[in-house]
Amino acid sequence: MIKKIEVLGSGCAKCRKTAELIEQGLEAAGIEVELVKVEEIEEIVQKGIMMTPAVLIDGQTKCAGRVPSASEIKSWFE
Amino acid sequence: MDNIFTWLERLVQLLLERGWGISVASRLGSSLHFFIYDIVKIMILLGIMIFLISYLRSYFPPEKTKKILERFSGVSGHIMASLLGIVTPFCSCSSVPIFIGFIEAGIPLGVTFSFLITSPIVNEAAFAVLLAAFGWRIAVVYVVTGVIIGIIGGIVIDFLALEKWVEKYVYQLQLGKQEIKKLNRRERVRLAWNNVKEIVGRIWFFLIIGIGIGAIIHGWAPAPVLAKYAGPDNPLAVLIGVLVGIPLYSNALGTIPIAEALIHKGVGIGTALSFMMATTALSLPAMILLRKVIKVKLLAVFVTITGLAIIVIGYFFNIIADFLI
Repeated sequence: MIKKIEVLGSGCAKCRKTAELIEQGLEAAGIEVELVKVEEIEEIVQKGIMMTPAVLIDGQTKCAGRVPSASEIKSWFE
Repeated sequence: MDNIFTWLERLVQLLLERGWGISVASRLGSSLHFFIYDIVKIMILLGIMIFLISYLRSYFPPEKTKKILERFSGVSGHIMASLLGIVTPFCSCSSVPIFIGFIEAGIPLGVTFSFLITSPIVNEAAFAVLLAAFGWRIAVVYVVTGVIIGIIGGIVIDFLALEKWVEKYVYQLQLGKQEIKKLNRRERVRLAWNNVKEIVGRIWFFLIIGIGIGAIIHGWAPAPVLAKYAGPDNPLAVLIGVLVGIPLYSNALGTIPIAEALIHKGVGIGTALSFMMATTALSLPAMILLRKVIKVKLLAVFVTITGLAIIVIGYFFNIIADFLI
């Protein structure tokens, strides 16, 4: 059971796109879960991320440095 | 390179002359030939090159690059950083976390800059477009030069001891631990393929406009006039190329087909190359982001050193142009 999803990125176009795709993915999977956008650079770095956008599910890196594809996102929620 | 695509050139010529009855010797024919041939050639090369380079890059995430760099010091550190700048995938929005990660790991400021300068200059899309427009020799020369600029820029920044111009908080940050996921071959292929789609999707429109303008120049522009104003003998051409390039960002890749057409008409190759380097290395969005971690003074030093290096290289290429093409 997923508790928390974080999208890390300083608000660039790719990061916004990532957050958008995740929201759509959650809706499609019918899951309600907390989605946090981490935009502060200090916080991103403290989480050990060097490439944005990055997606963390319950603190675990699912992808970094790119926009995940819709099918990839779907696989995380299964 | 020209030999590999001779079939395509002939095919387009055949299509124009037999199919539509337009001679490639005519102005319209010459423009149309350039347009169709260039679009197909550039798209093929973009697809293949981005795929191959992205695949290779999946082996060098910045976390790994950082670990490698921790082991080198002095000039060899700059050389390694600049070389790793070629293979480490990197977009301007990641420049800040990468900068912090490197500094936090104790990598010297200058070495970090060697990496940050080379990485955007030598990118897969620029390489593919150069390859398509000018062939292997120029594309390779571009990569080598990008690496050299990174090494020199970083060494100068080290020499000036500018650590005081890094924002204080950077040194207090602690990089969290995060495991690097091992990828299997299928994941790497998917990654590379997604990258092809992403980059082509981002630049195809600008490329086609650029190829269109290039095609018009090819058929219509008067060569003597261009050679006079933007040829290798005009001392200001490189400088203007760099200044125009700075605010353009990577969409300026579309300008390379224009440059290709212009060079056929006598514009200096160095002018075209430095223009391209300026658009990638000195991009405004990247600088705005870097401002978060370094003070304006250091940003100014970075821009000055990189800009100067690019200009010098531009002149150098114009001088040795005859040996390159």
